[in-house]
Amino acid sequence: MEQGKLLVENVWKIFGDRRDADVVAVQDLSLAVRDNEFVSLVGPSGCGKSTLLMMAAGLESISAGDILFDGTPVTGPGADRGMVFQSYTLFPWLSVEENIRFALKKSGLGRSEQGALVREHIQLVGLTGFERAYPNQLSGGMRQRVAIARALVYKPRMLLMDEPFGALDAQTRLQMQELLLQVWQAHRTTVLFVTHDVEEALLLSDRIYVMTARPGRIKAEIAVDLPRPRNLLETESDPRFAALRRQVLTLIRAEAHI
Amino acid sequence: MSDSRPSSAASQPGAARRGRRAAPVRLLDLRTDIPRRWYIGAGVAFIAVFLFAWAVATWLHWVSPIFLPGPDAVLAELQDQATSGVLWADLWASVYRITVGWIVSTLLAVPIGILMGNFRLFEGLFEPFVDLVRYMPAVAFVPLTILWLGVGDTQKFAILFIGVFFQEVLLIMDNVKTVPRDMIQVSYTFGLSRGEILRSVILPAAMPGIWDTFRITIGWAWTYLVVAELVAANVGLGYRIMRAQRFLETDQIILGILVIGVLGLATDYLFKWSYRRLFPWALQSR
Repeated sequence: MEQGKLLVENVWKIFGDRRDADVVAVQDLSLAVRDNEFVSLVGPSGCGKSTLLMMAAGLESISAGDILFDGTPVTGPGADRGMVFQSYTLFPWLSVEENIRFALKKSGLGRSEQGALVREHIQLVGLTGFERAYPNQLSGGMRQRVAIARALVYKPRMLLMDEPFGALDAQTRLQMQELLLQVWQAHRTTVLFVTHDVEEALLLSDRIYVMTARPGRIKAEIAVDLPRPRNLLETESDPRFAALRRQVLTLIRAEAHI
Repeated sequence: MSDSRPSSAASQPGAARRGRRAAPVRLLDLRTDIPRRWYIGAGVAFIAVFLFAWAVATWLHWVSPIFLPGPDAVLAELQDQATSGVLWADLWASVYRITVGWIVSTLLAVPIGILMGNFRLFEGLFEPFVDLVRYMPAVAFVPLTILWLGVGDTQKFAILFIGVFFQEVLLIMDNVKTVPRDMIQVSYTFGLSRGEILRSVILPAAMPGIWDTFRITIGWAWTYLVVAELVAANVGLGYRIMRAQRFLETDQIILGILVIGVLGLATDYLFKWSYRRLFPWALQSR
């Protein structure tokens, strides 16, 4: 058996409860994410990449196959796998500080320890000075910073990210990619990252899985052998980056023409 | 706050071009805020025009005062009722009935609506029945409620309850359903149980919507007041209107309608004001 932190083995997802209306979203898909590895899942829209992520989070049932996390089958959501969504999932009635602290409800830590962790993570995502702001006072990029801090603060053993920058404008998106890159390089953790942005995937990942159009299967697995530490400007001007980009885009294009 | 979100100035075409010169007030831009004095002034002006038209129409005898008494007659009636104490007795009786009737239906609608909004089983259990009853005219329950509950205040509460509860419970169900699914799912990843998510995520998230439902349903309670006091009452604003009809005392009718209107408006504003105080985080700029 392949070793890994997260193992997806021959997983199927079939939507619909009437035979004739069934939609196969994910078909016989296998992949593995190793400890402290950053893996991206890219593919044409509607290919089932988000569905797969939701199954790994335990928020969506698995029709067939197995998903193992640290050797244990995933049966439901848990605090061992943190999640960042594309939509804004901050609690609007809580301040930035309180939103991040909310994730520590089950941590068993004392108030002062929680406060220290919250401060540390606010600093990590560059939001010092906004502790008392409410989500409706923040821009989209800042909200996602809080969401990332909130997903990191309780130290889940893995991070699942579902197009976290998908709703942001291009400029903010680049800033956030750079931020995530820095955060990840400083605090290595295991990440499975869903995106449809090939450059984003290349910049951040150690490996990329390219998915086929629906029904989603793995079309190719690409090792991103770009040196670390990376940063936006240097990494994207690396000739190997261009070659990889071309390779991945070609694979996706082949799927997209319908 | 550098990224995204266009500022309101930038979204107004021409605002930047005109620069520092005092820009003329533009009142009819699509979905654009206008100065507060214009907003309030317009509302006051419309009511003033309405009152003026009413006064003119009656003073010039375009309509017979039996059908439509003038504002002066209604004011005189107000003075009469205020000094004799009739108005205060009516007010007290009606406010009491509305408060109790509305609170009883709210006390039931909130928990049931929350259950229906969160659990498909409860939605399936209650919704067909609620849908059935909410189309039944509350006024048709008047004779039945008198048979069942007698002629006291309990019967008035019952009519208000029938008029309000079955709509309110569905609105609260919808308020709960507007809580984004992702917000609930992310809470699971913090290790919270269903009960904890219900308490510390779904309820606070749904609360502003529920508060707005309170505002709307208490308004309905005011409109059902006349129905509740239709029969077997001897005090109350609705009763006063029904009795005045028998004697064609149109000034009393209009006074009663106006008082109900003003009280309804006051409760509406009370809820709007408390909404802004309680849920500043839920206020959206347009």
